[in-house]
Order: sequence, then structure tokens, then C-alpha cells
Amino acid sequence: MNKIEVNNVTKIFGSHPQQGLKRLKDGEQKSEILEKTGMTVGVNQASFAVKPGEIFVIMGLSGSGKSTLIRLVNRLIEPTGGEVLIDGKDITKMDKNTLIDTRRKKLGMVFQKFGLLPHKTILNNVAYGLELQGISKQEREQRAQDTIKDVGLSGYEDSYPSQLSGGMQQRVGIARALANDTDILLMDEAFSALDPIIRKEMQDELLKIQNKLGKTVLFITHDLDEALKLGDRIAIMKDGRIVQTGTSEEILENPANDYVSNFVKDVDRSKVLEASHVMKKPEVLLSYKDGPRVAVRKMEEAGISSIFVTDKEKNFKGLITIDDAVKAYQNNIPMEEVLMNDNIYSTPPDTPLNDLIGIAADVKYPIVIVEDGKLLGIVSRVSILSGLVLGKEKGEVEST
Amino acid sequence: MNYFNFPLEDWTNEFVNGWLLPVMSGFFDKISVALSTFIEGVTNLIIAIPPEVITIVLILLAWKLAGKGTALFTLIGCIYIGSVDLWFETMQTVAIVIVSTIISVIFGVPVGILSAKSSLMDKIVRPILDFMQTLPIFVYLIPSILLFGLGGVPAVIATFVFAAPPAVRMTRLGILQVPGEVVEASKAFGSTSKQLLLKVQLPLAIPTIMAGINQTIMLALSMAVVASMIGAPGLGSIVLSGISTVNVGLGLIGGLAIVVIAIILDRITQGIGNKL
Repeated sequence: MNKIEVNNVTKIFGSHPQQGLKRLKDGEQKSEILEKTGMTVGVNQASFAVKPGEIFVIMGLSGSGKSTLIRLVNRLIEPTGGEVLIDGKDITKMDKNTLIDTRRKKLGMVFQKFGLLPHKTILNNVAYGLELQGISKQEREQRAQDTIKDVGLSGYEDSYPSQLSGGMQQRVGIARALANDTDILLMDEAFSALDPIIRKEMQDELLKIQNKLGKTVLFITHDLDEALKLGDRIAIMKDGRIVQTGTSEEILENPANDYVSNFVKDVDRSKVLEASHVMKKPEVLLSYKDGPRVAVRKMEEAGISSIFVTDKEKNFKGLITIDDAVKAYQNNIPMEEVLMNDNIYSTPPDTPLNDLIGIAADVKYPIVIVEDGKLLGIVSRVSILSGLVLGKEKGEVEST
Repeated sequence: MNYFNFPLEDWTNEFVNGWLLPVMSGFFDKISVALSTFIEGVTNLIIAIPPEVITIVLILLAWKLAGKGTALFTLIGCIYIGSVDLWFETMQTVAIVIVSTIISVIFGVPVGILSAKSSLMDKIVRPILDFMQTLPIFVYLIPSILLFGLGGVPAVIATFVFAAPPAVRMTRLGILQVPGEVVEASKAFGSTSKQLLLKVQLPLAIPTIMAGINQTIMLALSMAVVASMIGAPGLGSIVLSGISTVNVGLGLIGGLAIVVIAIILDRITQGIGNKL
């Protein structure tokens, strides 16, 4: 079962939201509704589902409705229409007490500007959620203490939020959400207010926490690099609509429309693309039983000076250069003896392109992509560069 | 512009003479008795304390909350009041200020909270506050004599009408000033509205509420002379008799005593607001 399921949820700000909802369902655009009725469509029939243990990122520029959307999930904002299922229960239909209970037991939240209580110490801030539940002072302080240790803030228990740096304050924000021990973390631009180095640190920390605790995370950001780094899946929002949902590769490689493709144009692809995305089939495969004579001819035909060798099952054997092939042919040496297999760098297909850039500059021959001993493809310096510049498909076209 | 005759004057007089005074006088008598007991109690209490003790307590408070300068001023001010022989009248005035401030806070803070929470409440309350602050004092001073007789009670009522609005307005402002994200955070972690109010909004609004109470105290003091016109005892009556007998010196010593008390109370209550 999905941890969070959002179905057709809509929020219209204005005097007659239901009337606006009807207009939306009749197919009117956000801009038309604003013009005709003066009402603002915050979120327009958004649907998505988050699986347990997944980091689901909603990405959009300011004004795209992403912050409204995350507030509809825990009903800080009352939706105009649609349903939001938390563990299968519709939060939009809950009475006040059930809603409060659901927020306490199931939904932790981390805020962009931290939202810490300035009049309480760090310890009491982290214990705040537990305090609201009426948990005894001793127990909640113990639990808060443990969480403070987990986020690396031991020693600051008696400080006040204003005495801490931004990064430390956000650690408190995360600790407060973790102390409640909810399955779900809602993170509203949680790292956007931090400077780049701290932000990267916090992203790594979040991934670590998520790995360890298996939280389901709904993460809002306007930063595409952050979305690609954190998101198991990403939804891209524009004008209150979700325009595309998918993994980072899907979004980078098959943008749903011009808006998305424009958006992903400047992405640092090296962090997202993997070796398998830019590898190509070696132009000529020499099956193992072919002799040096065939090898020389194939290299000549393809205009290359070395060729990869596999057996019938495509198990990678090594590489043979033109010089060695000629020598073997002239002296009648078996191919096995001139086969080269050191000096060749092989790597699994899911290696990030980022890791291959340095290696490609150092090695003499193309990098070999091998899985379970089988040769899947090769990555040359050219294909890395064209992959970075053009993305997967175009990169392939360019290099063949 | 006289399109039709609006007999508001006659209606009001009929209402006051025909219903309010005969029918409601028992009710107002009860309020009057309760209030005058309250005022007398406070007056007797602070008069019973030796002036030296009050002076020392005030100096310590001023020192702790507002610094050395104010402490020194408090010492000089209290010696001045003693040496012009106005201690008793000063305490009478302070008692009326204390009682009107307490009533203003009891009424003002909850109304302020309600009008921060509900915009309908705010729409109702706001014009009433405008009315209370701008209606010329004498317009309600005279009816309050009719209802409560002469003395401290109508003075407290009139002072309340004039001095309560800042307590309401500043309470509302203080609660609305609490950053939205802090309120959201509290809600997101499952606070009830009572928890939100008591654990987040009120604690964070207290400095602003204290500024409102400070204004209430200042306005209450500024009413001292006017209140003396309807028979309230204290420094106001000294000033009034100075004016009516063209005794400039008497007017000045009474007036200065009011200023001294105003400065001491202002600095101390401001200090409380800043310390919180």
C-alpha cells in the first residue's frame, strides 16, 4: 500500500472556491479563472503516490504551488477538492481530533525557515511534538536527548535557536521531526535557506538517515540538482499542475514537454547519467574462435587500431591491438597469447558518469562495461563528453 | 443637509431617564459597591505600607528592570513626593491606576486574543475601540456619574473606557506577529488550538502585550486630573484645586508628582516587557 496517496487534490484561494473547482473541471485554465473570477488556483488536480521508504521530490519554481501542495498533505491548508490518503485513510475527511492524532503519530514536518520556537531551548524544541502528546517530561527529554545526539548537536541542549547557525537550526528542525518517530517526513524546502556547502552536507545526512530509518520522505525543492540527488522519484510542478512524474533518468531523457526539457537543459548530467546511458556497442565484436586474420580484417574495415574480444556467450576476454594481431598472423601465434587484459578498465553499468571522467582521461583504451562477466558495451572519452553535453540518446547518435 | 429629523438626543434621554436609571440602578449599584470595595482595599493596602518600604521596592525594581539611571530617578522622585507632602494623594492616584489597569487587562487581553483568532470578532471590536478612544471623555463622564455617583468608581470606569483599547489592540497585534512558520510548525506536530495559544502564541506575544499594558497605565495616569473632576481623590484633585484657586504653585507640585509617577511606572513596565 502507498504511504501517501494524493488523488486529484485541488486548492483554490478566493471567495467561491467550489465554483472555481467546477470551472477547472470544465477545462478552464488557471489564468482564465484568475481573469474571470479573481481567484487563484494554488494546486490544480494534482495526483501522486509515495511508496513506503521512498524519497519523493516535488520540484517546481516559486509560485508553482509546491509549498501549498505539501501543506495539503497534512491539511495545514484545507483542500478545495480531491483526497489525500495517509496509510489509506483520507485526511481531508478526518474530524479535528483524528487529524491532530494523525499529525502527531504519522506526519513529521521540516520547514524552510526552520519554524523553531524561539522561546524554548533546543532540548524543548526537539521534545515539543512529544510534549504536545502529553508524554512525561522525563521520557520526552530522554528521547529528545537521543535524537539530538543522532543529528550531532550534543552539547547544545540548553542553547536557544537564535544562538545557532542556520545549518544547526535545521538539524534541530530535523531532530524535532525525528523525535516524534513518524513514518513520514514532510520537508518543505528544508535545505533551501542554507548555504551550498552546508546544504550538500545536509542532503548527504538526509540520505543517511533515510537509509538507516527507512522513512518515507516527501521533499519539496526548487533546486533541480537537489531533486535529482535526493529523489527516488520526482514530480515536476508548474502552475499548480504536476507536469511529469518519474525517476531522474526518465525525466532527463524523456521530458514530457518543452517546459520540462527547458528545465533540465542545464542539469549537471554527470551526476545523473550512468555508464550504461552513454555506452555503445563495440563496432566490431570478435568472437573467440575467429583467428588473427579475421581480427586484422575487421579492424581494417572499421578503421580502428584495437578490438575487443569475447567468447560465444559474450563473456569479456580482453583486447587485441592491430600490431599484435599482425604479429600473431605472421608468426602463426594463437590469439590467446597476444590477448591483452590488464591495462583495461572495466566497470559495472550503473557507475555514475561523474566517476568515469577522470579515469577516461588516464586510460589508453575505452572503458569496458561489464556485468556478470559479460561485455555490455564500451565507453570512450568521446561518448562521455557527448553524453554530458547532449544526454543519452543524442550522445549515441553523435558517436556512431 | 437637513433631510429628515433624527431625534437621537430625545431617544437617548428617554432611554437613560426612562429605563437605564430606574430599572438598572440596582445592577449598577452592585457594580459600584464591588468596585469601591476594590479601590478602597488597594488604597488602604498601599497606604498601610510605609513610604520608605515602597520607595526601596520601587528603586530595586527600577534598578533590576531599567538600570541605574532610572533607580536614581526613582529615589529622587520619591523623596520629592514626600517633601512636597503629597505621598498620600499619590497613593490614592496609584490605587485608581492599579484598579483600572487590572480591569483593563482582565477585559483587554481575552478580547485581544479573540479578535486575533476571528476576523468577525475583530470587525465588531475595532469600531468599539475607536469609539472608546475618541468619544470626548465628558460625554460618558456625566452618565457615569448618574449611574455610579461621585468618587473613585466613575473615575475607574471612565479611565477603563479610555485606557483599555491599547491592551486589546496590542494583544491582538502580538498574537498576529508570531511568525507564520512557527504557528504552522506547532500545528503540523499536532497542537490543539489551546496548546497553540498557551505554548506558542501567548509566550511569544508577551513583550507586545506588555507594551500595551504600559500604554494602558500611561493613559490611566493621564486621566487623573479629569477623574478628579468627578470626585476621584488623589493628585488630580490637588491640581484641580490649584487651577480653581489660581494657586500656580499648588498646580505645579501636583502636576510634577503625576509626571514623576508616570516616568517611574513607564520605565519599570517597559523593563518587564523587554526582559520577557
